[in-house]
Amino acid sequence: MALVQLAQVSKVYRSLKGSDYVAVRDFSLDIEAGEFFCLLGTSGCGKTTVLNMVAGFEPVSAGQIRISGHPIAGPAADRGVVFQGDDSLYGWLSALGNVEFGLRMRGIPRAEREKKARHYLELVGLRGQDHKHPAELSGGMKQRIQIARVLANEPDMLLMDEPFAALDAHTRADMQRELKRICSATGKTVLFITHDIDEAIILADRIGVMHAGPASKLKGIVKVDLSEAERERTHDRFVAVYRQVHEMIRDEVAISLERTRDGAANSRKRSH
Amino acid sequence: MSRLRSVGLYVAGFASLFVIWHVASTWIIPSVLFPPPWKVLLKGIELAEDGTLWEQASASLARIATGFVGGSLIGIPIGLAIGSFPIVRRLLEPYTEFLRFIPATAMITVAVIWFGIGESSKIFLIIYTTVFIVIINTAAGVNAVAPNKIRAARSLGAGPFQIFFFVALPATVPYILTGMRLAMANSFVTIIAAELVAANNGLGRMIWDSRMYMLVDQIFVALVVLGFLGFTADRLFRWGIYAFAGRFSPVT
Repeated sequence: MALVQLAQVSKVYRSLKGSDYVAVRDFSLDIEAGEFFCLLGTSGCGKTTVLNMVAGFEPVSAGQIRISGHPIAGPAADRGVVFQGDDSLYGWLSALGNVEFGLRMRGIPRAEREKKARHYLELVGLRGQDHKHPAELSGGMKQRIQIARVLANEPDMLLMDEPFAALDAHTRADMQRELKRICSATGKTVLFITHDIDEAIILADRIGVMHAGPASKLKGIVKVDLSEAERERTHDRFVAVYRQVHEMIRDEVAISLERTRDGAANSRKRSH
Repeated sequence: MSRLRSVGLYVAGFASLFVIWHVASTWIIPSVLFPPPWKVLLKGIELAEDGTLWEQASASLARIATGFVGGSLIGIPIGLAIGSFPIVRRLLEPYTEFLRFIPATAMITVAVIWFGIGESSKIFLIIYTTVFIVIINTAAGVNAVAPNKIRAARSLGAGPFQIFFFVALPATVPYILTGMRLAMANSFVTIIAAELVAANNGLGRMIWDSRMYMLVDQIFVALVVLGFLGFTADRLFRWGIYAFAGRFSPVT
């Protein structure tokens, strides 16, 4: 049985004026334990909505999400979330305080949680930064704290919402390598949201490509059967996978752009 | 800018205030009604030596301290409740939104009628002037907590009470402190107005009595002391924030 099962999941947002916006419709997906799954889509396609539903932040409008066979009821410590920006970090706590936060909430004794937090800070390459506060750390380091904070809590799976999107290209490449290493070392199941094809191929075991929104669902899944050495942007096999994914998403980007333009034109028309 | 340089500029700024005052009172408007700084200083030393100054200043300060602490202790929990629960907001907003537009100075006569000219009326007025600004800032602080901070806590296994005490409350501290700092400034305004109208002692009463006997330099002593006390209180508060809650402050 798959660790995560999304069965015919839909999400409808009701606007203040009472009109409905269908973000996701009949979205189905199974993610196996230990798998690194990248959900790839254009902006506004509803990929973050899918993650928020799996995290339990937003209820599904229809369908069901099950973890290890059990329907989810809100957020829980079995699904750790890494957010895109740094506004989820606790500025009044040190790096160590942030990383041990989950353990503290769950009543783990101080000595034990400190040891564990230090271990994960070291794992993400933040050795010796324990007592710095988030404001004293760079963007890349802050994302490392977020990752360590989630890992220290030892969840069954990681949910990552474009965690490296706000970083510069060099830091992003570093972080992708590090994440890949950490995930191989810990064997975590990951649902990773991105709009970057390269990033998806570097990280994923499988890539799910989404249709353009609204009422989006999966268009198809690409298996990424590449060795470490082959996950280089210039490698022939990398390029082959890139072509395959690009082929799938190209039309969706065009549709997405067109809808954005139409939407803008319509709202202009309405305002006249 | 080096620390020495910034302190130097600060002192120079203050010195220029006294130089301009001296020039204005000696050459531009030479009048017994506008004493120069050195005359005020001499009067101040005289009043300090006979104990009057300390007696009046400490009377005012004690009222401010009591009312300010009391108002903050009442305001913080109410602000937290308003910010956390929409029901409480709906219930209490009429009070905060209505009463905060009635300044404490407008309440002086009512306070005196209710509580007399003793300490109770002054402390009531300081609490009144403190409480709303602390409530509003605290409630705004609760509402400004980034939703992702709460979401992260829920995903890390925190329950509702833990989220309140370990996430919402510490994230709100800078707003609470800002509200208190504003309230402190309001307290200085209010206490003088209240003492001018009805009090047995205090700096406001000292100003009012000096007017009757045309002791202009004594009025100026009270004014300078007020400025100095307000400045010191604000500095102490900022220093306190920095020393004890610097990590909560968004500016550090």
